[in-house]
Amino acid sequence: MLEMKGITKRFPGVLASDDVSFDVYPGEVHTLLGENGAGKSTLMKILYGLYEADEGEVLLNGEPLDIHEPTDAIEHGIGMIHQHFMLVPTLTVAENVALGLRSSKGVRTDLDVVSARILELSEIYGLKVDPNAFIWQMAVGEQQRVEIIKALYRDAQLLILDEPTAVLTPQEVDQLFVTLRQLRDDGRGLIFISHKLHEVLALSTRITVLRHGRVTGSVSAEGATRESLAQMMVGRAVKLAPDKTEAHPTDVKLAIKDLRVLRDRGEEGVRGVDLEVRAGEIVGVAGVSGNGQMLLAEAIAGLRTPSEGSIRIAGTEVVGMNPKEVRGTGLSYVPEKRMKDGAISEFTVSENLLLIDHNESEYLNHGLYDFGTINEHCQQLVEEYTVKTPTLDTPARNLSGGNIQKMIIARELSGTPEVLVAAQPTRGVDIGAAEYIHKRLIEQRDESTAILMISEDLDEVFGVSDRVAVMYEGEIMGIVDPKTATREEVGLMMAGVGREQTGG
Amino acid sequence: MSELFTQAAIVAVVAGGIRLAVPLLVASLGETFGQRSGVLNLGVDGIMLLGAFGGYYAVLQSGSPWLGLLVGIGIGFIMGLVSALMAVTLKAEQGISGIGVYLFGLGFSDLLFQKWVGTPRPIPKFPKLDIPGLSDIPWLGEMFFQHSVVIYLAFAAIPLSMWIINKTTFGMNIRAVGENPEAADSLGVSVSRVRWSTVTIGGTLAGIAGAILAIDLGIFQQNITNAQGFIAIALVYFGAWRPLGIMLGALLYGLVNALVLQMKVLEIIPPDWSDIAAMTPAIITILALVVVATRFSPPSALTKPFTRGA
Ligand SMILES: Nc1ncnc2c1ncn2[C@@H]1O[C@H](COP(=O)(O)OP(=O)(O)O)[C@@H](O)[C@H]1O
Ligand SMILES: [Mg+2]
Repeated sequence: MLEMKGITKRFPGVLASDDVSFDVYPGEVHTLLGENGAGKSTLMKILYGLYEADEGEVLLNGEPLDIHEPTDAIEHGIGMIHQHFMLVPTLTVAENVALGLRSSKGVRTDLDVVSARILELSEIYGLKVDPNAFIWQMAVGEQQRVEIIKALYRDAQLLILDEPTAVLTPQEVDQLFVTLRQLRDDGRGLIFISHKLHEVLALSTRITVLRHGRVTGSVSAEGATRESLAQMMVGRAVKLAPDKTEAHPTDVKLAIKDLRVLRDRGEEGVRGVDLEVRAGEIVGVAGVSGNGQMLLAEAIAGLRTPSEGSIRIAGTEVVGMNPKEVRGTGLSYVPEKRMKDGAISEFTVSENLLLIDHNESEYLNHGLYDFGTINEHCQQLVEEYTVKTPTLDTPARNLSGGNIQKMIIARELSGTPEVLVAAQPTRGVDIGAAEYIHKRLIEQRDESTAILMISEDLDEVFGVSDRVAVMYEGEIMGIVDPKTATREEVGLMMAGVGREQTGG
Repeated sequence: MSELFTQAAIVAVVAGGIRLAVPLLVASLGETFGQRSGVLNLGVDGIMLLGAFGGYYAVLQSGSPWLGLLVGIGIGFIMGLVSALMAVTLKAEQGISGIGVYLFGLGFSDLLFQKWVGTPRPIPKFPKLDIPGLSDIPWLGEMFFQHSVVIYLAFAAIPLSMWIINKTTFGMNIRAVGENPEAADSLGVSVSRVRWSTVTIGGTLAGIAGAILAIDLGIFQQNITNAQGFIAIALVYFGAWRPLGIMLGALLYGLVNALVLQMKVLEIIPPDWSDIAAMTPAIITILALVVVATRFSPPSALTKPFTRGA
């Protein structure tokens, strides 16, 4: 139904789309796969009329399509679920759906008519929403359902989904896939964008891989493997599961006892956690986001004061210390909200890389900074972690999100701390860099750092951890051995079905 | 002080407060439309001054206050278009371009006044309308139902604005464009068309506010608004971008003003304090603003020009 031929799009200094051809048949899911910055969103924004292509043509059902505005795309039955939701938070669901449509009541809005149709669509496709709820009151999963309904309301036959799973919990992803398969079976064409390999394999009919704006391969999903896709994405063979030797844990370095932490709104988010991490082991904390993992990490780092309990780092009680003092006891911390808590966007790359260690004697020469040593050190980090930056003096705000993440991770993993807390260490970074980060985590473990890794990615939890603690509603449901536990078992614990309960 | 609590004084304060609130109310309602769609127009006071002079001059020449109002509408409309051109299409820094409009209005209205009129001459005011039945009620009749026609019209604009903002497609587009212009654009709502409309509505209402002010006083003088256009902008924040809140703010300001006037008339305030007393309305408004404004947040896209794909 859709054909894009020879699409080329240049941004100042970047060739975002380089002679790309892409097509979709009715009743299939055609996936666009590629690392961050590969040009997936750009290609789709061209199709949707948000950008104009410099070269190339688009055919819909065999006829040339002239699209300059999103409304042109909507008129031709193209709907797009954007990576960053296009919703107005202060409006209701019905108002968001009605935006831009002609009202059946003249100048007045016809929200009752719109709401009725929303409920119909929601019934047919299992997209549960309340038409009268305000967007700001809703969880991201619900917001996404609104986005899909918005497109279906306009009777989109070709549906573009730009990284729809990035913000969802595993359960929500399953739900979404049920809906998407139903839409596919209706005979609609779906373009699915992702960089999560197992999702891509689970949903797609065909897969096209982009790298640096070019198509590096287009395959049928049958017969494709995670390894073969990763190779097309990165351009070389990639190890998806890190090599790992047996851990040799020694002394307890991080000891958490009966920890209770309050959320911003005052209710208890961490409800009595006991956890020990020994030197030389990686303890993974699995759980659906919002179950207290982030509060736990913030409490350890001194960013949030616990209401009760104790946290000892290398024997020192750190509850009540400020973040700098906590770092002084030997903690390194990779925050989940890296943009907010991890980097200063006005500072340059090398300043950011040095934020923590800037008083270390190796960088000082008679009290002044020794820029020779500093640059050498920073250059090495930038290369190891493949941080893409024009120069070391580029302000961090000019880097793409994935590269800012890599910069922060490079800084936090560069020393040999007593304890490392890493929250979602590879979220938003590309596969090549993720591979390197995993390798570094394991190397640090072998240099006898005690590592607490918080992750929602079960592949990562199983691949990297030596023990896995599962958190649910602020409590540890249980600790399992990743070598013997199954994903189903951990998945159930993440949903609150505890081992203890099932075992009696 | 007891003379302040006589019927005559109380009635005069309330009736006067309502009268003084009206220009502010009208200008504020206009500014609300612009701000709800994401445009801060700081030029309100300048447009009010031009509307005030235009209205005054038209009445002076023709003898008809209605013609004066019409001229105020026309001037406000044109200045609204000019403001929209700068803020929406040329994407000028909204604070700066608004101050430019203010300074232009301040200087130009006085220049024309000096050239064409010179010494102030009084003009006929809007006709009064006593609402049959209601105006005879003791106390209340005199406070609320013996005003000039434009005052009733101004208050009628409040429910009308609420209806437009909350119940019409245009209003929904305004709210969407002020909070998330990208989202509105992606659904085919023209951000610039919505903003052109709201800023023009705002300019027109500012022109009307100025004309009402001058014609109601029956006089024009340099800087006759005395920065009321800026108070009007503050009132939009005070009223949390909602017409009812704005009405409350305008009435509060009008009543405090009328009270201070009355206390001067009754010589409760010593004459040498009158300058200080003249500041109280502004001070009370600002204090209320600080208390109220922190609880509500402005439209997310306020003061941010929109460019697709940026
Ligand atoms: N509006 C823009 N201006 C300049 N460069 C852009 C713009 N949008 C995207 N790019 C660049 O184009 C490239 C492709 O980006 P994008 O299509 O967003 O990648 P993806 O969606 O695959 O992660 C990146 O290098 C990005 O920095
Ligand atoms: Mg993208």
